[in-house]
Amino acid sequence: MKSLEELMAIKAKMQDKVAIRKGSGSTRIVVGMATCGIAAGARPVLNAFVEAVNEAGLTESVSVTQTGCIGICQYEPVVEVYAEGQEKVTYVKMTPEKAKTIIEKHIKGGKVVAEYTIGAAKA
Amino acid sequence: MIRSHVLICGGTGCTSSGSVALRDKLADELKAKGLEEEIKIVMTGCFGLCALGPIMIVYPEGTFYSQVTADDIPEIVEEHLLKGRIVERLVYNDQAAAAEEATASLSETQFYKKQKRVALRNCGVINPEAIDEYIAMDGYFALAKAVKEMTPEDVINTILASGLRGRGGGGFPTGRKWQFARASVSDKKYVVCNADEGDPGAFMDRSVLEGDPHALIEAMAIAAYAIGADEGWVYVRAEYPIAVRRLSIAIEQAREYGLLGKNIFGSGFNFDLHIRLGAGAFVCGEETALLTSVEGNRGEPRPRPPFPAVKGLWGKPTIINNVETYANIAQIILKGADWFSSMGTEKSKGTKVFALGGKITNTGLVEVPMGTTLREIVEEIGGGVPNGKTFKAAQTGGPSGGCIPASLIDVPIDYDNLLEIGSMMGSGGLIVMDEDTCMVDLAKFFLEFTVDESCGKCAPCRIGTVRMLEILNKICDGNGEMEDLDKLEELANYIKSASLCGLGQTAPNPVLSTLRYFRDEYIAHIVDKKCPAGVCKKLLNYTIDPDKCKGCTLCARACPAGAITGKVKEVHVIDTAKCVKCGACMEKCKFGAISRK
Repeated sequence: MKSLEELMAIKAKMQDKVAIRKGSGSTRIVVGMATCGIAAGARPVLNAFVEAVNEAGLTESVSVTQTGCIGICQYEPVVEVYAEGQEKVTYVKMTPEKAKTIIEKHIKGGKVVAEYTIGAAKA
Repeated sequence: MIRSHVLICGGTGCTSSGSVALRDKLADELKAKGLEEEIKIVMTGCFGLCALGPIMIVYPEGTFYSQVTADDIPEIVEEHLLKGRIVERLVYNDQAAAAEEATASLSETQFYKKQKRVALRNCGVINPEAIDEYIAMDGYFALAKAVKEMTPEDVINTILASGLRGRGGGGFPTGRKWQFARASVSDKKYVVCNADEGDPGAFMDRSVLEGDPHALIEAMAIAAYAIGADEGWVYVRAEYPIAVRRLSIAIEQAREYGLLGKNIFGSGFNFDLHIRLGAGAFVCGEETALLTSVEGNRGEPRPRPPFPAVKGLWGKPTIINNVETYANIAQIILKGADWFSSMGTEKSKGTKVFALGGKITNTGLVEVPMGTTLREIVEEIGGGVPNGKTFKAAQTGGPSGGCIPASLIDVPIDYDNLLEIGSMMGSGGLIVMDEDTCMVDLAKFFLEFTVDESCGKCAPCRIGTVRMLEILNKICDGNGEMEDLDKLEELANYIKSASLCGLGQTAPNPVLSTLRYFRDEYIAHIVDKKCPAGVCKKLLNYTIDPDKCKGCTLCARACPAGAITGKVKEVHVIDTAKCVKCGACMEKCKFGAISRK
């Protein structure tokens, strides 16, 4: 170790890998992972979220967790986003592609992706 | 891509309750379910709640599972890791919060809520065998700051201003020690770490070594820079195999990264570190004996002065600090002296780790700000005395300390308050006693320990403690006289003032403090020939209440000494001359007819 820069590089590289242990960030993305969710393809969705959060460098503020059946199995995979100071947003019939869009537009941009929400699906 | 971390405690406590098997089973199960790319297993150091091991925490939820067995693993994987449903039956259930739902998150438990983790900040959080994880937690940034931006004097002044005092027991200001060593002129200086943790029941140093070994390495390098040393020694007990292994790994990793060695951070500062294994002699926790032992000689103390800061290891200026003291250093350098001194009391700054043991629900390690009361530690964090018994006293400072009676439970704990009430901080062992503990027997227990561990070099300690023990044995056997109490006190004072080292100077403390607060128990042993707590065998008499005895013969059959006689359906009698006071009859009796007085 010859310089502080090297140390900082290691820290930067590792930060995302340990941030998960600092507990929930201010924003939580919860993926429904009951049998219905898994059968409908929740696992790739969950992984897509984890990956997208990491790529966006948001591991400090956003945590991706799972939950059981929310009760709207026909809309699985269901994902709910809890952001501080915002109403909970429920996204339905999720795909890995949609997950990336949500990270871009909702989590980073602060704009709910209305066409993926349960409201849009029901209408 | 990893979406979840499963932390399993790899400290000595949880390792002995099977955490390694747990990890292997979990690894197999994750593989079988195809989850090994998504879930990462991390073996960490001690979480502190050793009574409930093995302990497992699942992030990002922070779910805290306790007493997990290998059989529980498939359920955890299937339910929690696959489907995201917390396995409620394994979640640590905080008694205080029992009315509400099971505590899912670690930081919400009564046990952790009041704690303030500085020395133990990374224990149970990082993998101690991965230097990168330590760096991610700001590791080695304090060393970089010290050698690049600060002069050695700046470092010493920061430590002085923080008010940090030695956590090994003495409570000497760490900065002053460093100042003395800095001022000594020599071609060679050493930094030494005292990891010879010997107090019965204390294991905070082991926990730091096992859970965060790089914190020690970084702090010792900072200390070396401050005093102008280039070599260090860690003296650690051979009885701590996990700690020794992790520290060795950490030293190797630090060398690979150039954090130990020549020209650290390009500053021209050189430092390397070695481990010396101790054979487990209590006296080697005394600094001069420890240094003698590192040199390869028999571990015996020598008179001070000269202090090690002037003439220490191989005759060179040396500082010697305890593991927990070092564990605070990097944080003080990074966050500043004011941050540290904002915690604690007027003369005792920062936090202190206590090892809770004895008659307490949450056996384990806790770190609290100085000035926290014994009540908060025992009743709130420790979960109180189990089985509905009452708190009688707590012993701090192990065999060198004294007891704190229930009447002083609200005294804020710091160095000076403890000395005032006749105890001492010691390394932070805290043994809780309930109504079933005999204080005379307790004093005897600690004195037996010091008699065993006295190195024999000086007469007051070698002979004096044996004489004291003889008097205590006499009292416990029912042959005590009132003059014995005066003799004990007289001897104790001679031993305290005339012994060569800290071992002898503090050995009489348990006797003196129990005499101070529980003199009536000594008197009960001497005058009434009774042991109020029902511990001292020779003073106990087992009798059968004729009104309650149904003549079932169970007691007579249980008695190994043939001391109980009586016919079926007739009242039985114990022959006290034959009775060996084992209590077997009392355990067997279904009618509560046998009493012990």
